[in-house]
Amino acid sequence: MLEWLLQPLQYPFMVRGLAASVLVGVVCAVVGTYVVLRGMAFLGDALAHTILPGVAVGYLVHGGARGPLFWWALGTAVLSALGIGLISQNRRLREDTAIGIVFAGMFALGVALISTVRSYAVDLGHFLFGDVLGVSSQTLWLTAAFSALVLLLVFAFYKELLAVSFDRVFAATLRLPVRALDNLLLVLLAITVAISLQTVGVTLMVAMLVTPAATAYLLTRRLPVMMALAALFAALSAVGGLYLSYYWSIASGAAVVLLATLWFGVVFAWKRRSR
Amino acid sequence: MYRRQRHDERQPLLDVRHLWVEYEGFTALEDIDFRLRNGERVAVVGPNGAGKSTLFKAVAGLLSPARGEVRVYGARPDRHLCIGYVPQRSQVDWGFPVTVADVVMMGRLAEIGLFRWPRQRDRQIVHEALETVRLADLADRQISQLSGGQQQRMFIARALAQKATLMLMDEPLTGLDAPSRADIFRILDDLQARGVAVMIATHDLEQAAAAFDKVLLLNRRMLGFGPPAEVLQSDRLLEAYGGHLRMLPLEQVMVADTCCSGGQDHA
Repeated sequence: MLEWLLQPLQYPFMVRGLAASVLVGVVCAVVGTYVVLRGMAFLGDALAHTILPGVAVGYLVHGGARGPLFWWALGTAVLSALGIGLISQNRRLREDTAIGIVFAGMFALGVALISTVRSYAVDLGHFLFGDVLGVSSQTLWLTAAFSALVLLLVFAFYKELLAVSFDRVFAATLRLPVRALDNLLLVLLAITVAISLQTVGVTLMVAMLVTPAATAYLLTRRLPVMMALAALFAALSAVGGLYLSYYWSIASGAAVVLLATLWFGVVFAWKRRSR
Repeated sequence: MYRRQRHDERQPLLDVRHLWVEYEGFTALEDIDFRLRNGERVAVVGPNGAGKSTLFKAVAGLLSPARGEVRVYGARPDRHLCIGYVPQRSQVDWGFPVTVADVVMMGRLAEIGLFRWPRQRDRQIVHEALETVRLADLADRQISQLSGGQQQRMFIARALAQKATLMLMDEPLTGLDAPSRADIFRILDDLQARGVAVMIATHDLEQAAAAFDKVLLLNRRMLGFGPPAEVLQSDRLLEAYGGHLRMLPLEQVMVADTCCSGGQDHA
């Protein structure tokens, strides 16, 4: 058993992959708590998709080098997030309609750009489904630094984000800058999406944002506990998923998400039975 | 963040002067004009869509006037921290993972300040606020486990923890049974004794007539402001509610009950 656990760890790529997916899982889970509570799941999914053209442009500019792509992903994600924030203030269109338009359009642009490159089938796959075992040590350090930044900001603005998420009008009567705090949350979501790109990819990202947080929501009615439990479920899914991937050659991103979904299913069934 | 407006205590608590508010391209309020002193209790009555919530938002400084002005202790309301807002129960996400004490602690936010955490004094104030509304033993409950009346009292406690001197309550009595209403009114009496002014949006004209010092009758325009017997006259009520009301004679006052008006056909 011990050997079964230790054997994959002799490969540096496996250690880096584990570290990256646990970090990303924890950050996704903590930010995902707000995504679940504020009903932002569709927005998170859209944000993940809108970064594709940015990544594609970076890919073309740097001739296929993977290193700078993180910065392209981050830049595009932050711009998209603030753009979506602007759109949602426009009252002519419903917010989800506007997000749908921007997200599908941007995603199509990304696919179109990538398809101009000859070997696009392989590389598109990396963006869509992630490639956690290909995480370089440079990317790992960036992931760690930005994970720390996101968690620090969630902690520093805990009271304010809680108040704005729970009762906007009240927060406004306390003269909190409601719109700036909304934008802060969007930027945190954008950073989260950018650092998750290589681990879970565009298409499965929403699962990492929503599923562990939703599982935790079923188990507790305290926000700090919900964040901690969500992080725990995400970390367990990340580690378990990579072992599944190593021993049974399952795509790593999919394995992580399947495990997260499994936890949710188990908790959901258990809560229903005990009711 | 958290800038605070100093109070000029010589000025009236609330002074609304010829206020016009436009909301999403429409004139939502026209020429509203009234004053409120410490400890006064006003029922804001009018049909759905009369602009009650808009009036509260303008008084709280969340909507700016198109014309006229709102003054709280002589200054614009949008820097004041003394305005306590109590939301409609239907507007709250009761599944949100917070306890009663967490919600009341939100009232301390501005006092605690950015990048700081609640201190012993804040916890003490939260506890006192919960005692005042008799919820101290439910402090650690998740908010969905409260009854309707308890939920309303929790938000009053939040405004108390905020040290609000003006409370704006959006339909706090709707959907509550008689004992829960009586509980709320006991707390309101207590607030009045402490000099807190309260504006309450309500559909219940009978209650407005019986339990409030003053009534503000609203249907986009202010159709009356003053003692209930003066304001709740049948001609003014007809003007506010149009034909859609049932009338019940109550002493000399005509009282209308139109809880769910807004439809065109029932009268």
